[in-house]
Amino acid sequence: MARRSWILWAMAALGYAFLYVPLIIVIVYSFNDSRLNAEWVGFTWHWYEVLLKDEQMLTAAWNSLIIGVSASAVATVLGTMAGYAMYRFKLRLLPVLVLMPIAIPEILMGVSLLIFFVMLNVTLGMLSITLAHIAFCIGFVAIVVRSRLTGMDESLTEAARDLGATHWQAFRLITLPLIMPGIIAGALMAFTLSIDDFVITFFTAGVDATTLPLQIYSMIKIAVTPEVNAVSTLLMLVTLILIVIASRLSPGALRGE
Amino acid sequence: MNARAQKWLVSGPPLVYLLFFFAIPTLIMVVASFRFPGDYDPLAPIFGTGNPDEVAGLTLESYQRFFADPIYLELFLKSFLYATATTLLCLLLAYPLALMIARSPKRYRDILVLLVILPFWSNFLIRVYAWMIILGEQSVFAKGFNGFLGLFGLDPMPLLFTPLAVLIGLVYVHLPFMVLPLYANLEKHDPALLDAAQDLGAPAWQRFWRITFPLSLPGVYAGAALVFIPALGIFAIPDLLGGTDGILIGNLIKQQFLEARDWPFGGVLSMVLTAAAIGFAGIAAWFARRQRV
Repeated sequence: MARRSWILWAMAALGYAFLYVPLIIVIVYSFNDSRLNAEWVGFTWHWYEVLLKDEQMLTAAWNSLIIGVSASAVATVLGTMAGYAMYRFKLRLLPVLVLMPIAIPEILMGVSLLIFFVMLNVTLGMLSITLAHIAFCIGFVAIVVRSRLTGMDESLTEAARDLGATHWQAFRLITLPLIMPGIIAGALMAFTLSIDDFVITFFTAGVDATTLPLQIYSMIKIAVTPEVNAVSTLLMLVTLILIVIASRLSPGALRGE
Repeated sequence: MNARAQKWLVSGPPLVYLLFFFAIPTLIMVVASFRFPGDYDPLAPIFGTGNPDEVAGLTLESYQRFFADPIYLELFLKSFLYATATTLLCLLLAYPLALMIARSPKRYRDILVLLVILPFWSNFLIRVYAWMIILGEQSVFAKGFNGFLGLFGLDPMPLLFTPLAVLIGLVYVHLPFMVLPLYANLEKHDPALLDAAQDLGAPAWQRFWRITFPLSLPGVYAGAALVFIPALGIFAIPDLLGGTDGILIGNLIKQQFLEARDWPFGGVLSMVLTAAAIGFAGIAAWFARRQRV
């Protein structure tokens, strides 16, 4: 038994190495004083300086931030409603519509939104990207909120109702504060998904608007440059912070429970 | 306020939003796939207004085109093979990882699971880019690998822009989707079963193949669906890691919508992809349900 668990641990360690080594390589080379992501030459902040002077990159980051904040705000409200509705009522259509965008290959949602926007004469850009992001974020928020509701003590709302609170009062004063950590975790998740999204953004962006992932894509399509390592490192840092906060607020939420 | 009104008040707004920005676009795509090639307006009058310049009506032309030329079905088959290989490799890598987490002391499990998920939350493109660095001609890894080949008198082999690179990228990006459902399943196993088997003299491999593995099958099916379906439609990984002939079905769809601007044919390809995804999800669900009985 001991020998076997040793093999298991070794294989699992290899699994973790496979997951982390590539990302560590990206981070390490962002500090490398060389144009090539090859030999280690010496430590430098140079690529971060390049990054801060790159107008296109800064515009893309700003766009990503605006889209992320507005999409996650709307998706949090709609997702919380959906999660609450799915928990409270027996619904047929809503759960399907909430889960389908998560379940099907992303490209399908991307192309169908593309023809939809073009047909409605919506100019592809910031607005179309934001509308698309809201659509795929609702599901994630709804799942997190519903899982939080499932773990809630139902008797608290009943007690409030018995004491004469209206439905709305019971929701606002009891349910809402109790599920707030889930809502915040869902909001952070939606924000992260939005600033990270590439595929759906790619189809709904048109020619004028660039987001951070689109900018990264067009750069790495041409060549590997340490500036991409620098922006990747920063982006990973931001995501890491948000995810750690989200997982503190709602343990289990990130596992899709 | 009665319950009915409440129900609609709460579920109405997200329902309307998703109908508008998910269901209707999807239906438009269905209609688009039946339009004549070159017709960019899927909602143009179906029976025509009598204007001879106008393309109107519905047709199966794009579907016929899809089935007439084997190249398209072959591309689907190729995508299928890549997705299948990705699923199997993910299973092979994820199983020991999930089993180790499930058998480690309870207090470590959450952090070990979080460590699997964390890389998944970094940007998808960054994870692909990492492999562009590792497999690139200049990289320490590629040089070491080719040096190793040289020891045996073999010619250096390119690693980036090859089918192998695409496969590595696919496995890397989708691995957490396999680990999580597997872990969720393995964690629930009753250790008493293994103890009983051991007491009855079953060796380790037998305990694994006859107890742990069969019990974990629902987790395997769930993981397979979560890996296979997204892997089927991917276009960015072949774009970035694959060679010139490395395109998959996702790349063709992208090309139809953005470059060739043939929406009806792009619509047909999307329909086939949707059917394949739903079909696979159905098969996985069917297997999982049969398992439970």
